Amino acid sequence: MTLEEIIEKLELELLTRPKDFSQVVPSGGYAADLLSCVMTGAMHQGIWVTLQAHANIVAVGALLELSAIIITEGARPDQDTLAKANHEGLTLLATSQPTFNVVGRLWELGLKNS
Amino acid sequence: MGIGTEEQLTPAPGAGADREDLQAEGAEQDRLETYVAELHVHTVLSPCAEVEMIPPLIVQAALARGINLIAVTDHNASANVPAVQKAAAGTGLVVWPGLELQTREEVHLLCLFDTLESLSAWQAVVDKHLPPLENNIEFFGEQFAVDETGAFIRREPRLLLTSASLSLKEAIESVTQLGGLAIPAHVDRKAFGLIANLGFVPTDVSIEALEISRHLNSQEAANRFPQIAGFPLIQSGDVHRLSEFLGANELTMAAPTIAELRLALQGRMNRRLKVLTS
Repeated sequence: MTLEEIIEKLELELLTRPKDFSQVVPSGGYAADLLSCVMTGAMHQGIWVTLQAHANIVAVGALLELSAIIITEGARPDQDTLAKANHEGLTLLATSQPTFNVVGRLWELGLKNS
Repeated sequence: MGIGTEEQLTPAPGAGADREDLQAEGAEQDRLETYVAELHVHTVLSPCAEVEMIPPLIVQAALARGINLIAVTDHNASANVPAVQKAAAGTGLVVWPGLELQTREEVHLLCLFDTLESLSAWQAVVDKHLPPLENNIEFFGEQFAVDETGAFIRREPRLLLTSASLSLKEAIESVTQLGGLAIPAHVDRKAFGLIANLGFVPTDVSIEALEISRHLNSQEAANRFPQIAGFPLIQSGDVHRLSEFLGANELTMAAPTIAELRLALQGRMNRRLKVLTS
């Protein structure tokens, strides 16, 4: 499944610069709000679902070359964080939905970690 | 720990000579005193603190450990600071106003001030950013405001063990603007610690010091978390019961003020911080 389909089906808001998301295929998913866990637990090029909007999420995302970070529950990164994400080429997506619902929808769509 | 060695100094703008002058001047004018400090003390206002954490017993226990400077830092609240200050009056124990903020990122942050006025201004900001939730005594514990003898004044009805909707960056900047000093608390701990929650020390805000918990010494902390080695480290007992006073920070300062603490953290003008457990 491509990131384009995910963005469309989950009605996610794109916070960073557009890319050709039809060419991005996430390797899997991970959900947690403790960045120390994400650094060791999330997979390379996966999707990370979190309600943390702190600037440090960009560094973690860049480290793991994540396909995207989905920020839940209406949390909003500040302008500096968005600028940093754009600089790193990292895609940030936002939704008012809670993490549980987002993960449930991703699973339904077939994004399952093997 | 070699905190405060010459090598770690950031040269003052201007020239090295200026700094030497400044230091010579400082040494000449200021009589430096040694303070043994415990900068993270809870009272019965914190639901997780033991019922023995009342002003007279806090003062007694601190003095018994040879501590002459404490900061009262209840969770998101500060109603018991004046009572502890009154209980300490005339004993030689200095009591700094403070609180322990829980930020939006669920990071605990010590907020220390010189005056009750500055603390009140900060408390007003914190109050505006706390959710309108009531404390559940059964789950979290009692939250008592008390007088200087420890006598009951009122129950704090708000839930204090929760996050204020302030980011770490906003909080540090506001506290600094109000003349205070903000120090991320127990950064080595999994629960509400900076490193567990945010992965590493953020670079988008100026962080003047970090606190490590009682569970390790500063050498072990630097080994486990190499990224914190460059920061001045204080150590606290995070005192929730009378037996938890550590008195680990030996501060050489001209007076017990936030400005002097800053100098000690930076090792400037002969001020020093020595962590005694290292």
